[in-house]
Amino acid sequence: MNTQTTIAGVTFKNPVMTASGTFGSGMEYEEFVDLNRLGAVVTKGVANVPWPGNPTPRVAEVYGGMLNAIGLQNPGIDVFMERDIPFLKKYDTKIIVNVCGKTVEDYVDVVERLGDEPAVSMLEINVSCPNVKEGAIAFGQKADALYNITSELKNHAKQPIIMKLSPNVTDITEMAKAAEAAGADALSLINTITGMKIDIHRRKFAIANKTGGMSGPAIKPIAVRMVYQVAQAVQIPIIGMGGIATAEDAIEFILAGASAVSVGAMNFVDPYTTVKVVEGIEDYMRTYHVENLTDLIGAVQ
Amino acid sequence: MKKKITATVLSQKEIAPRIFDMWIATDLAEQAKAGQFIGVYPKDRSTLLPRPISICQVSDKKDALRIVYRIAGQGTAEFSSYTEGDSVEILGTLGNGFPTEAAEGKKVFLMGGGIGIPPMLELARELPASAEKQIIVGYRDNQLFLKEDLEENGTVYIATEDGSVGTKGNVMNAIEENALQADVIFACGPMPMLRAIKKYAEEKGIKAYISLEEHMACGVGACLGCVVKTKEVDHHSHVHNARICTDGPVFDAEEVEI
Repeated sequence: MNTQTTIAGVTFKNPVMTASGTFGSGMEYEEFVDLNRLGAVVTKGVANVPWPGNPTPRVAEVYGGMLNAIGLQNPGIDVFMERDIPFLKKYDTKIIVNVCGKTVEDYVDVVERLGDEPAVSMLEINVSCPNVKEGAIAFGQKADALYNITSELKNHAKQPIIMKLSPNVTDITEMAKAAEAAGADALSLINTITGMKIDIHRRKFAIANKTGGMSGPAIKPIAVRMVYQVAQAVQIPIIGMGGIATAEDAIEFILAGASAVSVGAMNFVDPYTTVKVVEGIEDYMRTYHVENLTDLIGAVQ
Repeated sequence: MKKKITATVLSQKEIAPRIFDMWIATDLAEQAKAGQFIGVYPKDRSTLLPRPISICQVSDKKDALRIVYRIAGQGTAEFSSYTEGDSVEILGTLGNGFPTEAAEGKKVFLMGGGIGIPPMLELARELPASAEKQIIVGYRDNQLFLKEDLEENGTVYIATEDGSVGTKGNVMNAIEENALQADVIFACGPMPMLRAIKKYAEEKGIKAYISLEEHMACGVGACLGCVVKTKEVDHHSHVHNARICTDGPVFDAEEVEI
């Protein structure tokens, strides 16, 4: 049985990754999970300088999921290179660094710094955070802007780049096609869906930012649908995510066309989720006599 | 070491209106400290996130934890229905706890307001014998809870908002009315109370350790949901934000901006 999957020339021992922002750089989950068991750790978004993030409350629970508006708080690339990368290097797992910025130059800055670090296998470009006003989402909601930033980053990146797509668009396949045309090596989807919650007793927004990105099991059918649509529209590989709680969920994404999957909000619900998904995929492959995980990619009929 | 486990409810009772007192059998008690908390998961899967609840008491044999909590919503309403023998999923132990060594040989205020009172019990039990424990607690009305437990562990002063028991007003009024003094303060309660304590401690030039609350998701320091503004750049975040779940919930009042 072979659980390996390959994306843009990078081979992962299994298709299970962590969704950016839900797993830090793995340090906080080291106590719960053997990081060696994961296909990759996708880090929290990192910018060229430290970002303070949004005011609190930053999180709220909603039916079957949650809203967040952290605002990409991060310590900046200098600390990240000195602290987070050496930590992750101790483990036999691939490192994918999520990159955020407010301007194209910000992104280029981070992408160039990471180019000097061979331990980083791929870069995931966050152009879809719904909680940061400048930049970010502006690049991810217009096809021409996405095309431009993707081609600019391809000029500077040493590692393959994954463009992380927003579901908060009219037609996600248009965005996927623009990223592919600009040279993106892979796509990841979906980022969170913009939502809102109101505390009726206090008559206030549950989140200081008013809106937040929704994640959790409640969004999974939307994410599976979008992965399927995008898989039909482009040739480049897809990392699927959105509400994955179990191996069954992960396999749905793979059958829809994802070459790998990420566990996000469910890390907060059960810190052991990632490894349970790895084991559950192996069980599924045994049960259905699947020799290669890659045989499942896009295999829905 | 933190872990998520399925534990067993030993007992539960309502000790004041909508305030519940639950004992849970768990080996997490071996590592539990005053001021730490656990995440309690509802079984109803429409509500996914753990509810952060402070540790009220650790059993003498260190094989059980006591939590005293108020029904605040759907999750805590579910917990209140549990009875002896029911299972309960918990994550713990979380947070740093109170620096009890700071009370060595000192006159101490242990100040609790409302549902911030429960952690004061375990704190009173863990403080060194050389500490002079003055426990000042504020309730809404005469529906007191944990009073007898607290009285076994120190001198208790009560304030009630409606004046039905003890000092009329809040814990600050109780300090004034009883002309109490301290060298160090430990506190947990609503934000206006903690702000008043921070100010009081600054004026008196004494240390105050305050336990903060914020909406949380992961409870283990990964999601950055529950931050508090800090005076200095935080060692972990490298911005003026510390994580309440992991760097707190107990902070030196001087170090946070609340």
